[in-house]
Amino acid sequence: MELILFLLFAAIAVACGISLVVQKHPIASALSLIGVMGSLAVLYLLLGAEFIAAVQMIVYAGAIMVLFVFVIMLLNAGAESPIGKSWPSRLLGIPLLTIFLALIAYLVQYYAPSLGVVRFGAVSTGASEIGRSLFTKYLLPFEVTSILVLIAILGAIVLARKEID
Amino acid sequence: MNFFLISLIKTGIVAGALLTTLAYLQWIERKVLAHIQLRLGPYRVGPHGLLQPLADVIKLTTKEGYVPHHVNVFFYLLAPFLAVTCALISICIIPFGPNVEILGVRTDLGLTDLNIGVLFALAISSVGVYGVALAGWSSNNKYSLMGGLRSSAQMISYELPMAIALVSPLLLINDLSLRTIVNEQTGYYLGFIPKWTIFQLPFPQIFSFIIFLISSFAETNRVPFDLPEAENELVAGFHTEYSSLGFAAFFMAEYANMVTITCMTTVLFLGGWHAPFPAEYGSDFVPVLLLLGAAALLFYHGVVQPIKGRMWDRFTMPAFALIAAGLALVFLVPMLKPVLIPIFWFVSKTGFLLFVFIWVRGTLPRFRYDQLMSFTWKFLFPVSVVNLLITALAVALQGPKH
Repeated sequence: MELILFLLFAAIAVACGISLVVQKHPIASALSLIGVMGSLAVLYLLLGAEFIAAVQMIVYAGAIMVLFVFVIMLLNAGAESPIGKSWPSRLLGIPLLTIFLALIAYLVQYYAPSLGVVRFGAVSTGASEIGRSLFTKYLLPFEVTSILVLIAILGAIVLARKEID
Repeated sequence: MNFFLISLIKTGIVAGALLTTLAYLQWIERKVLAHIQLRLGPYRVGPHGLLQPLADVIKLTTKEGYVPHHVNVFFYLLAPFLAVTCALISICIIPFGPNVEILGVRTDLGLTDLNIGVLFALAISSVGVYGVALAGWSSNNKYSLMGGLRSSAQMISYELPMAIALVSPLLLINDLSLRTIVNEQTGYYLGFIPKWTIFQLPFPQIFSFIIFLISSFAETNRVPFDLPEAENELVAGFHTEYSSLGFAAFFMAEYANMVTITCMTTVLFLGGWHAPFPAEYGSDFVPVLLLLGAAALLFYHGVVQPIKGRMWDRFTMPAFALIAAGLALVFLVPMLKPVLIPIFWFVSKTGFLLFVFIWVRGTLPRFRYDQLMSFTWKFLFPVSVVNLLITALAVALQGPKH
């Protein structure tokens, strides 16, 4: 059951990923990205990390991608016009990519064979565990990230104000 | 009985009840609005217009589903599907009653209990935005696009105060599962004040409740925040180009969202299925008395003093009175009592909140768009943050709970 679900949603994730690159229209690409994120959330659920899955849906699919879609709609971006590609890129693109990915997979398996397998509920990832580790073990990175995000927000406000004046 | 069979039966019951509620919620809304405006409302189909929802369903399904030639067909057809799926799916995490025994089978009243229940509801509602936004965009029409944009901006903005208002009761209760949240609200202070979250010490959550309620009006696109479908500005907003079943799907999604969000409010703030006063003072007899009172009133108006000009009332009113009296007797059956009483309290709290939704629609005018945005960002959001800080401080001063 778990294996079937994993294969199904992994296949959906890959299909959505390909569709994200191939689609001509930005809205279709954005929705494919949401498909990727949704299936990733299901994969997290299959690993027993329900909190991460929920956060993935709320933050990525629910907040960030809505803003993306919003901006695309507001700019009313049309379908991309295909640009001419050189013949080597058409011929060699997919084979080279496949070889490259296979190389990475092989190297990871070769040098770190113990990394390969994660099982359902192997790590305890409830909301309270994550909160506790964020506020004890990882307090400094957490605060630094918060300040970074705050700076980014301030920067966005400054840039937007310049446009208005 | 095995797990699958029980789940199947419960799903069937909940789905049937939910769809019937959705159909009749619309009838209730039209009736209540009509009486607020001193009209009678639907009256032609069936006694007191009771078959109106059925007529509407038949009308909407048999209409021609016209797809305009200028739309983006795939997304145009995807959008209502997305909206209605996201609206209907959240009901599966709502706990309707305690763990009870029916015919020798012990089960929870409610479909499932996720240990991330609250987050699940938030995730589903945040994905639900896409239905509206896509409908507006794919219709390829300026009014629809404006409606879609407005709704997505509004829903993102109001999700913030809503989520923050929701954190405060979670701080008090210290769990994310909706069933645990309701169980933590068991009991009474001084023997009669219920330990619902809105009364619960150390800091009562009445402010979070109000913020949550206001945001939920915006999340469900209801008056006074129904800018996405403001008729006088945008024709019908994001569903201008939809007819037949597409329109019905958006309609259903709106009402399903209302039902879900009122159920969430009941669970989070109003103590779920717990009675407002303890059983020693006779809270178990409230439904019986209410139904008997309704039966007496109906009987009085039907037989003793019929209203002039309504000849059919002489037959329909006593019939309704008999139905109400029968229901009152059902509540007295000892075997059904532990099941029906909690469900009665849950349904009456949810029903009251739904009535508030309709009441507000009949009372308040619509906000202007800039007022809507400055209201959430400059007032609601800071207030919810301050409320959260005070609650957190109170909980921290109280010390660890368990």
